[in-house]
Amino acid sequence: MSEELHDVRLTVNGTTHDVRVPARRLLSDALRHDLGLTGTHVGCEHGVCGACTILVDGAPMRSCLMFAVSAAGHEITTVEGLTNPDGSLGPVQQAFAECHGLQCGFCTPGFLTTITAGLRDNPCPTHEEARDMIAGNLCRCTGYQNIVKAVERAAEIAASGEETAS
Amino acid sequence: MKPAPFEYRRPGTLAEAVEALAGEPNAKVLAGGQSLVPLLSMRLAAPALLVDINEIPGLDTIEIEDGGVRVGALARHAAVLASDDVRRVQPLVPMALSHVAHATIRNRGTTVGSLVHADAAAEMPVVLTLLGGSLEVEGPAGRRTIPAAELFVGPLESSVGHDEVAVSAYFPGLAPGAGVAFEEIARRHGDYALVGAAALVEGESVRVGYLSVSDVPSVVDLTGVADADLGEAALAQLEPMDDIHATAAYRAQLVRVLTGRVVRSARDFAEGAR
Repeated sequence: MSEELHDVRLTVNGTTHDVRVPARRLLSDALRHDLGLTGTHVGCEHGVCGACTILVDGAPMRSCLMFAVSAAGHEITTVEGLTNPDGSLGPVQQAFAECHGLQCGFCTPGFLTTITAGLRDNPCPTHEEARDMIAGNLCRCTGYQNIVKAVERAAEIAASGEETAS
Repeated sequence: MKPAPFEYRRPGTLAEAVEALAGEPNAKVLAGGQSLVPLLSMRLAAPALLVDINEIPGLDTIEIEDGGVRVGALARHAAVLASDDVRRVQPLVPMALSHVAHATIRNRGTTVGSLVHADAAAEMPVVLTLLGGSLEVEGPAGRRTIPAAELFVGPLESSVGHDEVAVSAYFPGLAPGAGVAFEEIARRHGDYALVGAAALVEGESVRVGYLSVSDVPSVVDLTGVADADLGEAALAQLEPMDDIHATAAYRAQLVRVLTGRVVRSARDFAEGAR
């Protein structure tokens, strides 16, 4: 039996892509294999580790727990879409670099997307809120101390960026 | 870890969804998918057809109705948790929802989906059972209401028919002067609970619901039991199970500890509300 294929138009980081995929294609696999956007990492593939977290209409979601066919008509943002328009690092990325928030980098894309949305909803998190913001993402090498620092630093960078802009 | 092949339909109306389900006995409804997709990826489930209801308009509602809360099939946990109306009318719902997985999962997962999934380790089935709520489903014969007491029939098994779609869940509101509380013990916040407990105190009546104690949500009546005896009285009506996460003896100990704790908190809640 040949598997039925679906034509799906995905909007990722503002660009539309037409792909033909079986219904069972996980969104994480469509991003990586069909679109070549390998910034989204796949760790546990059952929603626990958080490495594959992307933004769907601005909200963090697990791309390994969605099918590509279900993502049609929604705005997807991956880690590739988090840089500033001029290509420089976005505030969360810059904060990770400054605070040594990554070592091997495997979990980093999921943290960056989650924190980007988290700071949009809560631009000045307390220390506890910063910890809670990343509670659904696992890191196995850097440790969370520097990642929490990076959340707080990213909030500062974003705030100062807004001041400069205004 | 990839799902086995399945046919996929994304109906635009409830009637089309029911029609799609009628043609295939081995079908599953896809809402948030936060429990279903892992089951598919691990090939613990391999339905022939997936009916994706995410594009059906009008199912993401959260409404106050007859003093309670009606939650539509596409209302995400995050939206229900953020609703001030829900918090005011039935505070036990947000208390429990804050323990449902992590924020990222709650952004996609639906409260009704969690009920239909009928996991005895999940928070919302216990809440619905303790409050005496219900689930509204639509099938070929039309709509019917399933009371919570008849909804959870076994491990991961609900009494929703294979040809029915859950449309909404109804959580009765909190009566004036009543109190509620929720607590659970998990290895990490957001993990499945080893044991969780929800209490509802209304006047003299004291009832406590448990998750992860047996293979269906369990509610016990502890009315008239002295405070010091609450844990033992609850255990007399429960049979804690053994599994790889915890021994039965450890679960019994958690029941002893949590029962007193949630009943006290629910009483404090009731006092504070007066």
